[in-house]
Amino acid sequence: MIYFALLILVIISYLFYFIGKKRALNLKFNGNIKLSSQPDYFGYYVVLMALIPALLMWFGLLLFKGNFQEMFVMSPILFPDISTWSDGKLGLILNKLNNLSVIVNLPLDDLTNGEKSILNMASENELTAAKNLANFDKIYGWSNLTLFIILPIILGFLATRSISGKLNAQPIVEKIITYIIKGSSYIAILITIGIFLSLVFEAINFFRYVNPVDFFFSTGWNPNRAFVVDASEGFDKDDLENAFGFIPLLTGTLLIATVAMIVAIPLGLMSAIYLAEYASKRVRDIAKPIIEILAGIPTVVYGFFAALSLAPFIKDVGESVGLPVSAESALAAGLAMGVMIIPFVSSLSDDVIKAVPQSLRDGSYALGATRSETIKKVILPAALAGIMGSFLLAVSRAIGETMIVVMAASLRANLTFNPLEPATTITTQIVTSLIGDVEFDNPKTLVAFALGLTLFLMTLLLNILAITIVKKYREKYE
Amino acid sequence: MNSLNKRLSAEKRFQAYGLFAVALSMFFVLILMWKIFSTGSGAFVRTTIEANVFFNPDFIQVNQNSLEKELYRASYVALADEVVRQNHPKLNEEQFIKVREMYTRKFDYQLRDYLLDNPDKIGQSIIMKITASSDLDQIVKGNYPRDVPEAQRKINDYQLSVLDKLTSEGKVSSVFNFWFFTKGDSRDPESAGIWGAVMGSLYALIICFSFAFPIGLLASVYLEEFVKPGKVTDIIEVNINNLAAVPSIVFGLLGLGMLIGVIGLPYQVPLVGGLVLGFMTLPTIIIASRASLRSVPPSIREGALAVGATKMQTVFHHVIPLSLPGTLTGTIIGMAQALGETAPLLMIGMVAFVMEIPGGPLDPATGLPSQIYLWSESAERGFLEKTSAGIMLLLLFLIIMNTAAVVIRRRLEVKW
Repeated sequence: MIYFALLILVIISYLFYFIGKKRALNLKFNGNIKLSSQPDYFGYYVVLMALIPALLMWFGLLLFKGNFQEMFVMSPILFPDISTWSDGKLGLILNKLNNLSVIVNLPLDDLTNGEKSILNMASENELTAAKNLANFDKIYGWSNLTLFIILPIILGFLATRSISGKLNAQPIVEKIITYIIKGSSYIAILITIGIFLSLVFEAINFFRYVNPVDFFFSTGWNPNRAFVVDASEGFDKDDLENAFGFIPLLTGTLLIATVAMIVAIPLGLMSAIYLAEYASKRVRDIAKPIIEILAGIPTVVYGFFAALSLAPFIKDVGESVGLPVSAESALAAGLAMGVMIIPFVSSLSDDVIKAVPQSLRDGSYALGATRSETIKKVILPAALAGIMGSFLLAVSRAIGETMIVVMAASLRANLTFNPLEPATTITTQIVTSLIGDVEFDNPKTLVAFALGLTLFLMTLLLNILAITIVKKYREKYE
Repeated sequence: MNSLNKRLSAEKRFQAYGLFAVALSMFFVLILMWKIFSTGSGAFVRTTIEANVFFNPDFIQVNQNSLEKELYRASYVALADEVVRQNHPKLNEEQFIKVREMYTRKFDYQLRDYLLDNPDKIGQSIIMKITASSDLDQIVKGNYPRDVPEAQRKINDYQLSVLDKLTSEGKVSSVFNFWFFTKGDSRDPESAGIWGAVMGSLYALIICFSFAFPIGLLASVYLEEFVKPGKVTDIIEVNINNLAAVPSIVFGLLGLGMLIGVIGLPYQVPLVGGLVLGFMTLPTIIIASRASLRSVPPSIREGALAVGATKMQTVFHHVIPLSLPGTLTGTIIGMAQALGETAPLLMIGMVAFVMEIPGGPLDPATGLPSQIYLWSESAERGFLEKTSAGIMLLLLFLIIMNTAAVVIRRRLEVKW
């Protein structure tokens, strides 16, 4: 239905472009009226006038559809105890009614056995509500469609009629387009605000259940404890005191990120140095794209690889030398993550090393230094700030990486600094707490937003720091 | 002299470290690819068992004149059992259950699909290649060892003996696994396909493109052409750079909290997935598009302005068309990244078990990477090769998109 309506809207606007243009041309040649803009602009003018209100109204309808639907269907006559329902129950019932509304008006012969049994199990009131819902959907759909067709047509004709010698279409059209362009550039800011608001709001909800001090400083992580207590009964705060402790997640995240950086920094930096300073053009042309493939591989692939091959391999190796290694060791996840980050470090460092002026190298060679001495004692110190910036960006990436740790790291929190033991991370716990039924009235779900907020702020801090450093460095040699 | 030798050998060592680092990184690429291809190639063929099928109207309770709807609704379970009994005569009940397990659980669907295509075969006998169960498939492919004790095998000794008999009669064969490319997800590995996930990702990418491309293009036009550098542009610029480095999972939380929680869009649909991916891709597109706009020489703008074009006409008639190849390249690269993103899809629910192939961006769906994640979490060996095969398909799409980006850059980009 929506696609159909959109298609019609496109056709209508296309037609109106020609109608507007035609009318302008008519005035010009048959009416001998001097127009103040090119005929094209009258076409654009009509299209914009016809479309913008319709699109805005459609967007409004879309936003409030849920409210209208609830008003229409969830009447207290059908469901007397509706005021006592929780949001979760309301959602469940709505979902059920939605399923029912699809089949409730169909002839019995067309139903499968499963659908018949769903119908039989529903109560009389539910069936009535489902019929209401089906009617609502019909009315909503048709009103939407008329809105899409009739409103633009009326507005379009009005706009066409208003075309005259006095109407200067071009400035109006350009003004509207300027607003649209300006609005587009503010969307990036809106997204950031949206991220911040949605994280903060749900995080505040979470901190209603759990004291922030407990969250940030306690060392126990057992979110399932929140399940034991029923959400509607209210929580006993003591029960949650040691259930949501952030510390083991932080140490786990840092542990895995450290392993990753131990892999990625030397390999990435040395690759960058070799490719920038030593390799012939032919070697560079082959090796660089291959290393960059590593950056293009989706993280879910690394996660699969880490869980399937790397973790068992490390476990076997560890056991053969007599070390107890967990099957979900932080080492496996960290190694896979390190490989993922190699190209990130190497391409950033490459840019930085290339930006060091040739005169510094020449000066060093002139003093008789070998190439490696030049690199170690001149180029790297000169590029240090930039390289540090790229490391920070890499760390931020490692902390925010999700799929590798979801697939290869442990789910159990473990306060340890031993990479052979299992460890969990912030991102893993965000995913675990949100997979499955999502209800926004339980601290077990809401904790994801508190974790997300912490993660967002951590990475934001690292990014700002890194970007500032890199920028300062660039200015130094420009 | 001694110290010079030392310095020279230090030089050699340092260079060797560099070469080693490059070689090791390349080795990682190789080992990753090798592992994926060696585990995944099996998913493209499936084992079938030839069987004589008599479409006995009594078992399906349809006849030559039945409508397509009736054929679709009829139950083929009894017919499937009968086919097994006819092709393996003289089985006792226990043996029958074991033999039936060797065929796919979706036996009845296979019969139904065949009959829907060939309704004239009712009451006739034909020879059909029936798909084997995943466990049997894995034995035939050699992924399950045959020589371990019976208790550790999914296929017991009796089933193995039946298999060997069928093999010697030439009835067991491998065919190209079309199902993998045409079907949606399934609980049974042998009938699970990737097409539902591909369509889910496709719808999400269409939404992502229709959101991020126009807005990214217009935003960069505004920042490059219409405003003087100042406080506002600085804020937007810092903001875009930071947005580009925000972890993808946080965008997923935005989708869940805002789009689903506040605005009330449905859970697990490509529309929300596409919007979230669009939010993520937007900074990439803006950055690429700005660079591309900047590379259009000022003489073009001055020329247009000199013959009387307005600022708007200059930008839309001259500058944007010239910068479009660069913008498109950046967009395709951004979309390729978006295609591989899994974490945001997890957050907005596109990781559920969905059998139906989605018909639009408002139908419940999974995405290609989240389907890979789902399969990888499954314990059955049959899903392992599906996971790898899914990854191969995903990588293929990424290669195609990145190649397209390179081709557009080479062919269309104007060098000034």
